[in-house]
Amino acid sequence: MAEKVGIYVCHCGSNIAGMVDVEEVAKWAGANIDDVVVSRDYKFMCSSLGQQMIQEDIKKEGLTRVVVAACSPHLHEKTFRRACEDAGLNPFLFQMANIREHVSWVAKDKDAATRKAKAQVAAAAERVKLQQPLKPMQVEVNPATLVVGGGIAGLQATLELADAGYPVYLVEREPSIGGHMAQFDKTFPTLDCSACILTPKMSEVGQHENVTMFTYSELEEVSGSVGNFKVRIRKKARYVNEELCTGCGICSEKCPKKVVDDAFEAGLGKRKAIYTPFPQAVPRTPVIDTESCIWFQKGKCRTCEKICPTGAIDYEQEDEIVELEVGNIILATGWKMFDCRKVSQYGYGRLPNVFTSMEFERMCNAAGPTGGKIVLRDGKTEPEAIAIIHCVGSRDVNHNPYCSNVCCMAALKFGHLVLEKTDADVYSCYIDMRTPSKDYEEFYQRLLGEGMHFVRGKVAEVTDAGRVPFEHGKLIVQMEDTLLGRQRRIPVDMVVLMGALEPQADAKETGRTCGISCAASGWFTERHPKLDPVATMTDGVFVAGVCQGPKDIPASVAQGAAAAARVQGMITKGVVTIEPIVASVDEERCSGCRICNTLCPFGAIEFDEEKQVSRVITALCKGCGTCVAACPANAITGAHFNFDQISAEIAGALWDARADDESPAAGTPSAAGTAS
Amino acid sequence: MKYAYYPGCSLECSSVAYDISVRKVAEVLGIDLREIDDWNCCGATEFFSQDELVACSVVARNLALVDPQIDQVVVPCAACYLNLKKTDTLMAEDAEIGGKINEALSAGNLHYQGGRVRVRHMLEVIYDDVGEAAIRAKVKRPLTGLKVAPYYGCQVVRPRDAFDDTEHPVKLDELFTWLGAEVVDYPLKTHCCGGHMTQISEPQAFELIRRLLDSAVERGADMILTMCPMCQLNLDAYQGPTANYFHTSFNMPIVFFTQMLGIAFGLEPKQLGFGKEIVAAEPVIRAKLAPAASATTA
Repeated sequence: MAEKVGIYVCHCGSNIAGMVDVEEVAKWAGANIDDVVVSRDYKFMCSSLGQQMIQEDIKKEGLTRVVVAACSPHLHEKTFRRACEDAGLNPFLFQMANIREHVSWVAKDKDAATRKAKAQVAAAAERVKLQQPLKPMQVEVNPATLVVGGGIAGLQATLELADAGYPVYLVEREPSIGGHMAQFDKTFPTLDCSACILTPKMSEVGQHENVTMFTYSELEEVSGSVGNFKVRIRKKARYVNEELCTGCGICSEKCPKKVVDDAFEAGLGKRKAIYTPFPQAVPRTPVIDTESCIWFQKGKCRTCEKICPTGAIDYEQEDEIVELEVGNIILATGWKMFDCRKVSQYGYGRLPNVFTSMEFERMCNAAGPTGGKIVLRDGKTEPEAIAIIHCVGSRDVNHNPYCSNVCCMAALKFGHLVLEKTDADVYSCYIDMRTPSKDYEEFYQRLLGEGMHFVRGKVAEVTDAGRVPFEHGKLIVQMEDTLLGRQRRIPVDMVVLMGALEPQADAKETGRTCGISCAASGWFTERHPKLDPVATMTDGVFVAGVCQGPKDIPASVAQGAAAAARVQGMITKGVVTIEPIVASVDEERCSGCRICNTLCPFGAIEFDEEKQVSRVITALCKGCGTCVAACPANAITGAHFNFDQISAEIAGALWDARADDESPAAGTPSAAGTAS
Repeated sequence: MKYAYYPGCSLECSSVAYDISVRKVAEVLGIDLREIDDWNCCGATEFFSQDELVACSVVARNLALVDPQIDQVVVPCAACYLNLKKTDTLMAEDAEIGGKINEALSAGNLHYQGGRVRVRHMLEVIYDDVGEAAIRAKVKRPLTGLKVAPYYGCQVVRPRDAFDDTEHPVKLDELFTWLGAEVVDYPLKTHCCGGHMTQISEPQAFELIRRLLDSAVERGADMILTMCPMCQLNLDAYQGPTANYFHTSFNMPIVFFTQMLGIAFGLEPKQLGFGKEIVAAEPVIRAKLAPAASATTA
């Protein structure tokens, strides 16, 4: 019995209709594709009227298959599947043809675009005829959540979930939670002390009954899928027994080895070989840095072991692997600072009194290496003039094209701190001043009033080559003042570079581990940039904070909370519907070669020793198709993506490769079928 | 190591010392230079600002003349280097322009496929292809005690895929530390020498020249090393007029880096084109360096 196919071509306003002759596509499909009984075009198929049109046709015309040619299935596949289901048609008997992202938005020629749209429609129509009704599966959602990253976004997400009564595992790479915010002195625009607002949250997380922290740990592997992930975490050896350690700190105090602290103090201060990054660290348990520890390097010392009152030092400790089961994952892995050496004309690393913004944060911090004093690299001289250079590595085609979002406000904050703490003149060398959030513009106005100097232009270079006597011994900031239309040489004693925020060096790897992707800029890709900013294309994996793109503390906190809310929704509902698109093995044809067993990236194929055949574990299968393609006996079929369906789709897509008088469907499906 | 060699017009007259020393140093280092037969002008800067397509065609003729067996050309002059490299890149990236240029070349039965010949500067070849170990092994007269200011000029590191950091190049600095010289920190190393401003507005040019000389003096340099005929000419020939203009005095020899490389390899100044410069360099060399090891043993 022939199927009855309905075709619906969407204008999407002018998004599609502006480039594709949608009426022609609909008319052509009705006339040329076999088994099409209805073919219509409509302004907005996704509107309720559009959906109703399909539903009425299903009932009146007895449609058995539906094709909607519109946008990406990422956007509206669910909408139309639901519409079909409500009208009594199995949702898997519906197929979407993407003629917006794949055609109208990327085409320049109307005729060619219309021809391609026809190919997309024909492909979908030929395929849909062979689709089979499927039943979605439901799995239970594990109420535990994994949060990766203990910066402010991760902490917020952790607390929201833990306070709601759900277990959270928090993984942090550094020895303490707190992230970058723990390094800051003040926060803009309110100027409240960063530590004062952060540390209560840190200790709350540290003591929360529903939170299990894994600090100094790395996420190594993720398997399974939404609702039921299995994750593997490597707890790096601290060489200190967490059970026995009371966090008294005497080991760090007595440790004879001092090294430059490149992490927390941004290279400006020192720490011991056994250390906690900062006094309010959570947990208080220190770690031994084996690269600098005298015992690990030279086989002598053991001072910390001798001095520890509880015998917590354990030089034999090894990395520990922990395996956990969680229902959802929130990535809040943050950022790293741009290497300012790359902008060599600004002299960082060459001219001693050029500092990075992170160094300057530490310098301003009362608990930092200079006790909050703003001094030159010699550690004592107060600068008479300071220049703050914006957009170092940001908004720069040579480095990162994007705006790092927080630097303008941080520069204003620095300006305020300089004016408050010193008598120095302070210059902001900016390209554009960007202060768009609540109370930010007011803060800019405040600094204008406080006497910070603003010079608009991109700095050409920072040099110690003075031309006239008063320039000697100074750093000269050479730039065009684009408001004056003149070159300026500003002599200063100190230069602060507002370095770009960059994705973590291993962000791509982390993304791959969790099955999500990074944009060209390296930040994690969200499901929708406006309407779904914390979800990702992988169900059950969410992102929050700067790892999704540069943002300030309020926005990071908001995203942390938003991601937690999304996860809570999943937990409260308790079950999640999973696409029934899985592989299955025809036991009659399986030769038991086991090729598929090792190829499956999800470990979803088991081997039945008794029957000597392979079998797919449906709950673990993601429907990737690897085993289907690899099976030498054609014994494995991918539901919704079987050979016949794909061959028919290809034949449909090639409609115009054949003689004009032939209809696109002629002789295709059965001729192309292989695994019947 | 076989390379085509494009000297350019400056190296035949005002910068003949550069040509002499490049050839000598290449000989010592085993760099086999084959001068392009019947090469012509690179178009300098002027031609490119008049008609870029014609200028590129003129340059492309030189690339088309490179021996088909050779796929690299060495260019010591900064301006020639830039023009050859620019033309090659343009022809490789833009098929339409490449086609037009080849149409012009066909009148002389020539053809050039963009990207076939790699255009390289002499410093790049010495630093990257010969390398530190081989260079150190050739040093017979270490430049110990000599303070040099490394001056790159504006052009050499300007092409898009520069062989050194565009804003703060270091390869000349490093090369001379291998030779034993003390390389002073020279912050103006990529700043403008005045170019043709000497012909248009002397005061502007004098100011630029003064800055470069002042900075070298201030940093305690005995001489400025250059790799560009224009830079050498401006800093050397206009040193006196600049000093007069500012009522001051300078005595800063401006030499091609290959000349001092030759000295370090034990060659005699007269083999390296010394004596052509206006501010004499030999007195400084005599005062600062011990006689060549080979010369004493010979």
